[in-house]
Amino acid sequence: MTIMAAVATVERTAEVWARLESVIDPELDESVTELGFVTRVGVDDGGHVQVDFRLPTYWCAANFAFLMADDMRIAVAALPWVKKVTVGLGEHMYADEINRGVAAGLSFQATFGSEASSGELEEVRRTFMVKAFQRRQEALLAYLLDRGHEAAALLGLTVAALSTLSCDTAGQRLLARYLERRSVVDSKHNELAFVDENGALLDAGQIHAYLRALRRVGVNAEFNSALCRGLLATRYGGGCAPQVEVKPVHFVRSIGVARST
Amino acid sequence: MYRTTDGEEIFIIDGHVHLWDGSKANLKNVHGQQFIDCFYAYHSNLSPKEYLWPKEKFDKYGEEAMYEDLFVKGYDDMAICQPTYLTDFYKNGFNTTESNYVLKGKYPNRFIVNGAFDPRDGEAGLDRLDELSEKYKIQGVKLYTAEWRGDSKGYKLSDPGVQRYFERCEKLGIKNIHVHKGPTILPLNRDAFDVADVDDAATSFQNLNFIVEHCGLPRLDDFCWIATQETNVYGGLAVVLPFIHTRPEYFAHVISELLFWIGEDKILYGSDYGIWSPKWLIEKFMAFELPESVSKETGVQLSLTAKKKILGLNAARLYGIDIDAQKKLLADTRQTATV
Repeated sequence: MTIMAAVATVERTAEVWARLESVIDPELDESVTELGFVTRVGVDDGGHVQVDFRLPTYWCAANFAFLMADDMRIAVAALPWVKKVTVGLGEHMYADEINRGVAAGLSFQATFGSEASSGELEEVRRTFMVKAFQRRQEALLAYLLDRGHEAAALLGLTVAALSTLSCDTAGQRLLARYLERRSVVDSKHNELAFVDENGALLDAGQIHAYLRALRRVGVNAEFNSALCRGLLATRYGGGCAPQVEVKPVHFVRSIGVARST
Repeated sequence: MYRTTDGEEIFIIDGHVHLWDGSKANLKNVHGQQFIDCFYAYHSNLSPKEYLWPKEKFDKYGEEAMYEDLFVKGYDDMAICQPTYLTDFYKNGFNTTESNYVLKGKYPNRFIVNGAFDPRDGEAGLDRLDELSEKYKIQGVKLYTAEWRGDSKGYKLSDPGVQRYFERCEKLGIKNIHVHKGPTILPLNRDAFDVADVDDAATSFQNLNFIVEHCGLPRLDDFCWIATQETNVYGGLAVVLPFIHTRPEYFAHVISELLFWIGEDKILYGSDYGIWSPKWLIEKFMAFELPESVSKETGVQLSLTAKKKILGLNAARLYGIDIDAQKKLLADTRQTATV
């Protein structure tokens, strides 16, 4: 391999990793790369990409495993130089079926047949996208209220106004993450930045009760995340994945909000 | 029996224990190996270091070690065996009503043995349920609605085929329906993350109690909501409780949500033995206090009264245990086998 070709391979591998970073575990709303699921990316001269990944247990839900594998294939295939993507899930009860199905571009239903009804996977995806919307909204609103913003003023913001709101780096990240999911909920108030999961307007007077209800969604996801990270580390060794110290940040932060009001 | 520092005795009924055989000799295939390995990962991940078992003990601990861990070293007074058959993975099954009943034969006052059914077995399954009732006088069943089976990708408690089973349970006096709504232990896709079918079933069968094991952990948020709507829905703490050691802040939040939404009369302790042991679970639970910030937000307390209900009184009510009479029976047998 020439030096030029080697450089190109390194660059392409980095591009693939960057694409994979955008793929999330739908249940945890976290990136598959940050979770330590992706173990290897291989790129050859012909534009063929191999992505290997693993999950915390042999039994992780087949539908979620399929979703992530298929999302990885789609994300990587979007790179202009990619000719073929092979996704390899390892050590899973349905690894062979999932790998074959994804390679052939089959749907979940075509892969598993019979009772896996056609709309089902999209329904699951939708359910968890709404949860991600709620969780990200709660994190952002709690953060902004904590910084002294008035509830009524926040709820009156348009999407455009929210996206230019000035805040620190942590705030910018929460803001960007929320805006990524704002379109999950369709509403007749689509110009507004904040609506509930059904698209209805929020009541500034009830904002703390509303956020408390949303917090259950977040704590639940974080609880699952702690379990999944722990099981992955137990299965493959402590050094195998980035061990993030997960703390119920939203919860603690909102206590601060409640006290300051 | 747990004694508080004030000398008060707390009677403990462990709502969720297993006597399994995951040993090499019993394996049918790689799935059986992966299954016990996965359980071991839960054990290793969430247990305190000093309570970690060697894998060999974990694969097959046997009746005597179980008795010792639950009632001698541990604080349990009674325990409810929840079967997990898995006959596709294990030659003699993993943890069956039959093997649990052998244990009960040795220690009759210590154990309550539950059965299981799968509505996809149709008529034959109903006959089998009759047989379990007649032979073992079961008062409860454990269901795995998410289990894949042949072409079936699981079932819902609201499916028409299940109604006949619940009617039969009512007729046979099998009042306690334990439903696994928790972390994935078998391949599934259909309703593992959905607890809505419990809502439907609980409305239709008011005489049955529905104990949602693991509190629907992947969807605790949804579970709290449905459990509030139904008077006959309970939450089982297996898998939730061990977080008290590794993630006490999450445990605080989750238990406070459960206390707020479903209340202290509807929560049941379960160790999930042999994955975790009652000794450390009970010690940590008894010592646990909700952080002030959490009680302030939810307005609930984890009082001694609440702890007593969760650890025994609630299960005693569901299974018709007269605690004073039971204490006397246990004192008479003084922790010895009656073989």
